[in-house]
Amino acid sequence: MSFDPFVLARIQFATNMSFHILFPAISIGLAWILLFFRLRYTLTGDKAWEYAYLFWVKVFALTFAMGVVSGITMSFQFGTNWPGFMEKAGNVAGPLLGYEVLTAFFLEASFLGIMLFGKDRVSNRLHLISTFLVAFGTTLSAFWILSLNSWMQTPTGYHLEDGVVMVDSWIEVIFNPSFPYRFFHMLIASVLTSAFLVAGVSAWRALKNVDGPATWKVMKTGVIIAAVLAPLQIFIGDLHGLNTLEHQPAKIAAMEAIWDTEEAVPFTVFALPDETTRSNRFAIEVPYAASLILTHDRHGQVQGLNDFKGEHPPVAMVFWSFRVMLAMGGLMLLTAWISAWQFRGQHRPSKTILHLLSAMAFSGWIAVLSGWYVTEIGRQPWIVTGVLTVNDVAADHSSATLAGTLFGYVALYVFLLGSYIAALRHMSNKPAASLVMMNLPSRNRADDKPPKNKEH
Amino acid sequence: MEYWLPIIYMGVMGLALLIYVMLDGYDLGVGLLLPLAEEDEKDMMIASIGPFWDANETWIVLGVGILLIAFPLAHGIILSGLYLPVTIMLMGLMLRGVAFDLRVKAGDHHRGRWNKAFFAGSLIASTAQGWMLGAYITGLQDNITSLLFSALIAMTLPALYLILGCGWLLMKTEGALLNKAIAWGRMAIWPMGLGLFMVSVATPMVSPAIAAKWFTLPYTILLLPIPLSCIICYVAIFILLGKPNILRHGYGWLIYAATAVICVMASLGLAYSIFPDIIIGQMTIWDAAASVKSLQFTLVGVVITLPVILFYTFFMYRIFHGKATALSYE
Ligand code: HDD
Ligand code: HEM
Ligand code: HEM
Repeated sequence: MSFDPFVLARIQFATNMSFHILFPAISIGLAWILLFFRLRYTLTGDKAWEYAYLFWVKVFALTFAMGVVSGITMSFQFGTNWPGFMEKAGNVAGPLLGYEVLTAFFLEASFLGIMLFGKDRVSNRLHLISTFLVAFGTTLSAFWILSLNSWMQTPTGYHLEDGVVMVDSWIEVIFNPSFPYRFFHMLIASVLTSAFLVAGVSAWRALKNVDGPATWKVMKTGVIIAAVLAPLQIFIGDLHGLNTLEHQPAKIAAMEAIWDTEEAVPFTVFALPDETTRSNRFAIEVPYAASLILTHDRHGQVQGLNDFKGEHPPVAMVFWSFRVMLAMGGLMLLTAWISAWQFRGQHRPSKTILHLLSAMAFSGWIAVLSGWYVTEIGRQPWIVTGVLTVNDVAADHSSATLAGTLFGYVALYVFLLGSYIAALRHMSNKPAASLVMMNLPSRNRADDKPPKNKEH
Repeated sequence: MEYWLPIIYMGVMGLALLIYVMLDGYDLGVGLLLPLAEEDEKDMMIASIGPFWDANETWIVLGVGILLIAFPLAHGIILSGLYLPVTIMLMGLMLRGVAFDLRVKAGDHHRGRWNKAFFAGSLIASTAQGWMLGAYITGLQDNITSLLFSALIAMTLPALYLILGCGWLLMKTEGALLNKAIAWGRMAIWPMGLGLFMVSVATPMVSPAIAAKWFTLPYTILLLPIPLSCIICYVAIFILLGKPNILRHGYGWLIYAATAVICVMASLGLAYSIFPDIIIGQMTIWDAAASVKSLQFTLVGVVITLPVILFYTFFMYRIFHGKATALSYE
């Protein structure tokens, strides 16, 4: 069964997308954080902020490059894997992707050159503007692509002619009902992901004794951002869920593994949803909680999966991805608040907290991926909710071709991801530039050579 | 509107792909030349393309983007027809884009390996692009002529990129590296010439439709400027490469410019050959076009943003004008 070309095409698309999203998840947020470092430096003249910028801009350049090349792959994927999608939904998908290229990609790619390598060729002000435009460009690109993705989840503003989508109102297409929630949830997800990366790597550097004054400033910045955004993210996530309940009730039923339409539905903390018996095994439940969360009424009624027989997504995947996202959200909140508490006044966090922060460095990736799995798998069997199913749109490549290229992609991705993380480690283990430049003694005897000035 | 919109989009798409070839062509070419250089020269070569490569690659995204926006019916057929070469090209581009950064960030003892990856990625991507072009011109057929023709272009396009790369290095480098660039150019000019010649002969042979368009009077005469200017430019490159003194004194750009003219002429010729089909012999641009409403909506964006994009591309080249210096974030 796993050699069905259709299944392979889906696995391939999901693999490429999962790889791609890892990097935007960092670049969008990190771009704004870099702008902040840059502004702090210009406004206060404190060298530490400049060192902070110079360290993180390297990480940013690498991440951005990974995002760009994997993104180029994505832009071909619609045509190579889902030709039918473009034939039927091209009137919506084309223009939205087109605006993304025209307004966002060129902006970020062009000003990235100036941001990275133009610092000594342009004025401070123009460099600041370029840094801003890069950050703005990444956000704009998220705007367009999320608009398209949200339209696929909750399509509005169109009618069908011979099965082909025709647009009635662009405003309704772009600002479709789930778009605002998805856009803000994703933006905050990205800033959170970067905040934890920034704090986590800094904590790692502190533990390795290669930290300078800048390291602590960066860590504190990351922790504070996380402490503010983590609760906000949970709040927006809740609103997002309510919106989904209204437009995609089958998805919510799968997220909560609710089989029968009932009142006073409990929230299932743990269970093994089983689609053959259509019930949950080993369920641990909190009475009334699901009704309370979803309808804000202890006795509220929630539709169950049995109302959507044959037309609902695979339950276990959605249920568990959702649980993972919630768990990460909770963990992030806890970590951020404890760390922020320890940072109050002039204090520095304890070793335990440093270990915790560095363990959480990539927690954002886990949350983002599981969030997207909820969204995308939860949309099945629809590719555009209520309009197109996945079966309508697949390409007819042979299984052998697809299996071969899938293998190639996976091998390349494993290699690239390994190299990315190895490079991050390598950069993190170097003594801080500020230690060397400010003539502070490095606390790490074993690795006491100055960093190379000519980096890159 | 129904008539003109697809034509306008065809023009914009052609323009995007042409700019792609002229811009990413030189940085792919530099990648292909990398193994021939000494270690410190490699750093300089990469520094010369550092600020540009990302924006250069964006033009191919615009190219496929327009294909998708304006001709959704053809988009699926073409990209699924080119599934394998596209996939291979994408892997090459990925390897290369990442190697570009990792060669300096992954630690010094890995640098050699990433340089090799950079070269390999450039080679894979440029060969695959040639293959795609060949398969496209022969109408996405699966027969032996089509395969041979695709293989031919797969070997020619990298040679063209090599010359573009040499031209770029002539503008951006100095001293020993510049001399080497001239020597490399002299080597690459042969396969490029041979390739261009064979492609020009083979194209009408593999496609009778194209032959008919070129070899009927008065079109043959009207079209004469296209092959003629290609030949003039080629000869000019040839002669210039034999005159290192001129090239060393600030006229290196002539090589790049002449090659760029060849690119422009070749794409004009190609456009003439294909028009008004989008998939040769199967589908015209009007058959493949998206709804008028969608095309109009995007046209507004194209008309506003394209000049702005061209403006800041130009602006960026101005900022990094002159001989390349070592890349630094500071
Ligand atoms: C929420 C954010 C987000 C999502 C869901 C996607 N992307 Fe993306 N993409 C970005 C956010 C982003 C970005 C932040 O703009 C990137 C990533 C990192 C970067 O360097 O730019 C980018 C880069 C990027 C590039 C390279 C741009 C360039 O040349 O500069 C392309 C062609 C795509 N993406 C295409 C896609 C497609 C076709 C997607 C969907 C199927 C997609 N991306 C999903
Ligand atoms: C950014 C993170 C994303 C991730 C991790 C992701 C993941 C996935 C996964 C796992 C599937 C397969 C679902 C299945 O077959 O069960 C899928 C399918 C798909 N997604 Fe996404 N996706 C993302 C974003 C997007 C965006 C932004 C778009 C479009 C604008 C999109 C369009 C599609 C399409 C067309 C399919 C194929 C049809 C299908 O299987 O439903 N995805 N994606
Ligand atoms: C703990 C509280 C959270 C709640 C209640 C929540 C809620 C949700 C819901 C309901 C969805 C699916 C929406 C749909 O497809 O209809 C979703 C998706 C998503 N979540 Fe969360 N979330 C939480 C935390 C997080 C965190 C901490 C992150 C990342 C740092 C995150 C990242 C995402 C992403 C990337 C998506 C997919 C895109 C989207 O549909 O918005 N979430 N979330």
